Amino acid sequence: MIQFLQYLGKSTRTSFTKLGRGTYFLLQIISGILSVIPRPRLLLNQMYSIGVLSFLIITTSGLFVGMVLGLQGYYTLSDFGAEETLGVMVAASLVRELGPVVTALLFAGRAGSALTAEIGLMKATEQLSGMEMMAVDPIKRIISPRFLAGFLSMPLLAALFSAVGIIGGQLIGSGLLGVDEGAYWSQMQANLDFQDDIINGVIKSIVFGFVTSWIALFEGYDTIPTSEGVSRATTRTVVNSAFSILGLDFILTTLMFGDD
Amino acid sequence: MGNSAPSQNSLVSVRNLSFSRGDNKIFDDISLDIERGKITAIMGPSGTGKTTLLKLIGGQLFPEQGSITVDGQNVHQLRRRDLFNLRKRMGMLFQSGALLTDMSVYDNVAFPLREHTHLPESMIRTLVLMKLQAVGLRGARELMPNELSGGMARRIALARAIALDPMMIMYDEPFTGQDPISMGALVHLIKSLNNILGLTSIIVSHDVHDTSAIADYIYVLSGGKIVGQGTPKEIQQSKSEWVQQFMTGAPDGPVHFHYPAKDYVDDLLSSGKRY
Repeated sequence: MIQFLQYLGKSTRTSFTKLGRGTYFLLQIISGILSVIPRPRLLLNQMYSIGVLSFLIITTSGLFVGMVLGLQGYYTLSDFGAEETLGVMVAASLVRELGPVVTALLFAGRAGSALTAEIGLMKATEQLSGMEMMAVDPIKRIISPRFLAGFLSMPLLAALFSAVGIIGGQLIGSGLLGVDEGAYWSQMQANLDFQDDIINGVIKSIVFGFVTSWIALFEGYDTIPTSEGVSRATTRTVVNSAFSILGLDFILTTLMFGDD
Repeated sequence: MGNSAPSQNSLVSVRNLSFSRGDNKIFDDISLDIERGKITAIMGPSGTGKTTLLKLIGGQLFPEQGSITVDGQNVHQLRRRDLFNLRKRMGMLFQSGALLTDMSVYDNVAFPLREHTHLPESMIRTLVLMKLQAVGLRGARELMPNELSGGMARRIALARAIALDPMMIMYDEPFTGQDPISMGALVHLIKSLNNILGLTSIIVSHDVHDTSAIADYIYVLSGGKIVGQGTPKEIQQSKSEWVQQFMTGAPDGPVHFHYPAKDYVDDLLSSGKRY
């Protein structure tokens, strides 16, 4: 019993210490962002490797998710003779939920894990330490540009995911199953609200971008500098990001759509 | 050795330094001086905290007790900005080289210049080529770090360390894992850079022969204490059993061959836990 309590106390203390280190790290990142502004090239390079290189996985997944939504939506809606509203159903699901959430999950797997491994290996090979000894702050030079790039890329990628998904739904809905194309688009236009649906979706993806980039960079920076340490940190990035994304999505959805 | 005031000519002086990692006491009240313009070697077996000492001097770690002054400034009382300014005047050569793997050799050497100066690109080019010429690798400027051998990587890192014309360089195990030719090249480089550029060098090493060939003064560390110091000649003639074992490489002596363990026979006969 005593042992169990000791274990409980120790692991609670470890988690809180880690949370504290993480928060301090976040503050350092944010204060380092100012020094990225005069050097846009650092940011652009990272936007390329974090954002542009995720293009393929995001568009492909978006297309398939949209096509599946088109199929499933059609089968359900046509039972009620409401297949004309397929456009609304596809677009609302994507813009409100699937766009931000699935993009964030894919982002954590594709870009987050890469960030953790990169930073972790830089730590293991003394590159970060070497930079400090050259009087260059690794937070400002390495971490902050990556954080900003992740934070800015996420809403763009989520928007891309939703747009491609809506096209995928249309391909299946009106191309294959014969829903009227005019109805698909006009119903969508009439029933989706810019403020309630689109802006709320964008807010979600901004929050996810912030959290995922923070987790990925912190796990990399806080890693034990061995190959095992880096591999564990990479796994933790994907797992913790997934939990945070799904948990935050629930909270945000409750706050945003609770009054309807 | 002792607690005397730093001598006039010392660039780095360590006073009553203590440092631990967990329960493991790495330094126990040590004091030493690094003289300007000289090559000072800090020697001792692996795990005696030689690299830790360099990190303490560079302000990356904080001591529990004692102080370290570099060029008259107490490293651990400096504000971050002043510490960074001091570090611009200190070069450090890491054991792995610590080159930035996403940049070419040229960009690695140009890195500190681009970060800390506003020189035009043409002047940076001239400086980079001069530094690369000094280490004999001007022809390798287009290569990426993963295309370099260990010895070349260390020489490039040395070119980078002298890019800002520092007053001192700290070498962390510069000779480990080098073939005889690159070893010879490094020994020659360290000696000539020290003389030509008027640097102060600190070499941390357990390589007895090559280090004593170029060092002006040697400190021998063991178990958190300084167990011997002097010129290479004095060290070689030291009466200390410990220093003798270290210099001759005898397998047993004051440093035992066996890691502390319980009695051998008891250990074999006891059931023990299964692994």
